[in-house]
Amino acid sequence: MVDMSIEVQHISKHFGSFAALRDVSLTVATGELVALLGPSGSGKTTLLRIISGLEVADPDSGGILLHEEDVTDTHVRSRRVGFVFQHYALFRHMTVYKNVAFGLRVRPRKLRPSAQEIHDKVHGLLKLVQLDWLADHYPAQLSGGQRQRIALARALAIEPKVLLLDEPFGALDARTRQELRGWLRRLHGELNVTSVLVTHDQEEALEVADRVAIMSAGRIEQVGTPEEVFHNPANEFVMNFLGRVNIFHGRVEGDRAYLGPLEVEYKGEYQATAQAARGLVRPFDLDIQTEPNNEPGFKATVCHVNAAGPRVKVDLMAESGEPVHVELGHERYRDLGLTAGQEVFVIPREINVYVDDDLQ
Amino acid sequence: MQSTFLLDIRQALARQPRATTEPFWIRGLLIGVALAFILLFLIAPLAAVFTQALAEGIGVYWSSLTDSDALASLRLTLLTAAIAVPCNLVFGVAASWAIAKFEFLGKSLLTTLIDLPFAVSPVISGLIYVLFFGMHGYLGPWLRAHDIEIIFAVPGIVLATMFVTFPFVARELIPLMQAQGTEDEEAALSLGASGWQTFWRVTLPNIKWGLLYGVILCNARAMGEFGAVSVISGHIRGLTNTMPLHVEILYNEYNFVGAFAVASLLTVVALITLVLKCFAEWKFKQDLSVERQEERWSI
Amino acid sequence: MKLSLRQRSILPGFGLTLGFTLAYLGLLVLIPLAGLFLKSASLSWADFWKTVTDARVLAAYRLSFGASLIAAVINAVFGLIVAWVLVRYRFPGRRFIDALIDLPFALPTAVAGISLTAVYANTGWIGRHLEPLNIKVAFAPLGVVIALTFIGLPFVVRTLQPIMEDLDPDVEEAAASLGAPRRQALLRVILPELWPVLITGFALAFARGLGEYGSIVFISGNMPMRTEIAPLLMVMKLEQFDYAGATAIAVVMLVASFVLLLTINVVQWWSGQRHCVARS
Repeated sequence: MVDMSIEVQHISKHFGSFAALRDVSLTVATGELVALLGPSGSGKTTLLRIISGLEVADPDSGGILLHEEDVTDTHVRSRRVGFVFQHYALFRHMTVYKNVAFGLRVRPRKLRPSAQEIHDKVHGLLKLVQLDWLADHYPAQLSGGQRQRIALARALAIEPKVLLLDEPFGALDARTRQELRGWLRRLHGELNVTSVLVTHDQEEALEVADRVAIMSAGRIEQVGTPEEVFHNPANEFVMNFLGRVNIFHGRVEGDRAYLGPLEVEYKGEYQATAQAARGLVRPFDLDIQTEPNNEPGFKATVCHVNAAGPRVKVDLMAESGEPVHVELGHERYRDLGLTAGQEVFVIPREINVYVDDDLQ
Repeated sequence: MQSTFLLDIRQALARQPRATTEPFWIRGLLIGVALAFILLFLIAPLAAVFTQALAEGIGVYWSSLTDSDALASLRLTLLTAAIAVPCNLVFGVAASWAIAKFEFLGKSLLTTLIDLPFAVSPVISGLIYVLFFGMHGYLGPWLRAHDIEIIFAVPGIVLATMFVTFPFVARELIPLMQAQGTEDEEAALSLGASGWQTFWRVTLPNIKWGLLYGVILCNARAMGEFGAVSVISGHIRGLTNTMPLHVEILYNEYNFVGAFAVASLLTVVALITLVLKCFAEWKFKQDLSVERQEERWSI
Repeated sequence: MKLSLRQRSILPGFGLTLGFTLAYLGLLVLIPLAGLFLKSASLSWADFWKTVTDARVLAAYRLSFGASLIAAVINAVFGLIVAWVLVRYRFPGRRFIDALIDLPFALPTAVAGISLTAVYANTGWIGRHLEPLNIKVAFAPLGVVIALTFIGLPFVVRTLQPIMEDLDPDVEEAAASLGAPRRQALLRVILPELWPVLITGFALAFARGLGEYGSIVFISGNMPMRTEIAPLLMVMKLEQFDYAGATAIAVVMLVASFVLLLTINVVQWWSGQRHCVARS
């Protein structure tokens, strides 16, 4: 199989004094779909644009390899990358057909396909995105979802080695976003083009990607499959960013952690002097019991129960004043018979404790 | 803290990255061509006014300016502007209030009518008044009978100047007020303000830079109008000559220094106009800039 | 009756402002304009035709029309370059030049006339270099073109600038990412967006030039059959109290201006149809 991998080697990028990327390295295997996930300012779009050639990394930093060729100094137009923009960037004054055919028409004479070949290719792509019937329409006449599919068809027309998508569904409503997510997943399965997707929507990243790279403040915090990053977060940032967490502030002394209402064993490095620390617990890693037992836990009052959904969400207030969010299965909820104002006991099943030192 | 550096990013990204700009030599060439064009057509004439005016030294320059006919033309120009600009200001505000804040039949016809002087040659503007008020015109005999002079007299000059300058304020304010909508005024009214209070306290502050801009342009044209006034004035020295007309008279008498001296005054007014214009635009953009921050520049 | 012709609004002042507006317009504009129409209607067709087809008048029309057209084309070409350079590039003095573009709007036409003559006359800064090449600018038709280029300069630049500033950088990046060389991206993607505005600016400069008087009468030398413009002939007829003749010439000029204005409106409507909705 032809190599279509991407290798990012020690890339840094500064805008004035602001560091957008700090020594970032990443490998995307042929045919893989990797999501760059992170908050605003994390550097994910900058990284994508540097891979594409629309931005250039700092002169003294590393390089970009596309299909094992060093393209660091290659202009964007020679890299054969398909780029999909958040706001589609369709050419307003051209029909859908001409938009998709654009990349083929601007090729130098020698490499340009014949008119018939272009025709066949464009219609083939439009059929692939199921919009063949819109070929003679103008972009202004299309819905947002349709425009983005055309933009994708246009990027695919040049047979790119890699596909780069910059928050492709960011400008669409929630329903369309969901539909196109599934559609993109199926399309990627069919075409197997190496793809990098930038998004700030974790649901999207975890649903669509083969691997996810979590970014923060110009660095990659963790790279792994969706299950890996969610269930085995490498650090506090990752755990806090993905999904909901309960945070308990406190300290670690010796091998015990005193976190608000909780007191648990600290399995990390023995702390001779007390250090500030935080405990992060997933809502589904907390259990509720009506009677105390020997397990470590704390008292809390039930504030609000939301049973409309696949799981029951319970909001409580701990005795020590912290708000706590727990998710239970419906069976467990019925067994407990919880009511608002009831005093219960909350038992953590699994807790990740992070000491301030860990952040260095 | 976050918003300032996102703004910096946006500014940095706004500087053309190499993916979407022309090669260096093309940029240099285009800049060169543009500068040469500007030099030939704008800077050269501008400089020429002053070099010609001072060609025979400050003394001659000064005496040209303080000549009694020159001073009379200055007074007439200022008088004309002092009447035409405020009248057109009131008109502009009234017209844009009616057009921008209400829906009625014939609105677009009215707007087109306001643009009329721009479509018409200045000499035609003068012509229509001569046809109407002139000796052989429709109102001519009646005016003669009542000993009222319009053509070849100051009233005619003022009228013609008002005609050519009346769109300026309106044209600035109409789109501005339309863009601003009626919400602010409706809010004021719902809080109990009267119509006048609403206008003074709510509308006026919103339009102040557009208003300044329109007044500046109106004034520049009022002081500098040549064609229309030339037709109406009769060119009577010391009586019915505005400054532009006086320039013409001096020039036709081959008194070049005199002509350029008076012209230099008008040029200084024009330059001040440009400076004020920039100021008003800058202030206006400042007011708008917060609203226009785009969110799409995500990192 | 007025109330039934408009939607009700709680804002006060409609009657007052509209009434004042109509009264002002009526007195200042409509009534005198009516005088013009009445006068032109009273011309006999034969007289009218004789006046406007007089050889001298035809020569004046040709000059007005031809010089305005050439000046508008020059402004279209160079105005495009100037607007592009001002919007896209950074160089010292850019803001100064940008502010200076409005000079022809602010400067009295008479001042423009005498200063352009001074520069392009045989002894002028530029004129003296052109004389050995046998290029006569002052007191020749070329001078009229130069003056009209000055007058029309801001029209193209100022109408292009806001459009250029609003060009979507994503679209240009998309074209580059699809493999287009810069020249192709400019021709196929950017220029089509600029065409309608360019034509509007061109038409505005053209219309402005047709009626121009003050700046031309100095530089042209006003030689009959060679460098006389239509507005000048109109003024001469007025001075001779030949109201009918002046009106006839004026009517032709007005018709030409209105046709141009109509063209501008059609072009703007047509381009609005093609890109009916703003992007995204």
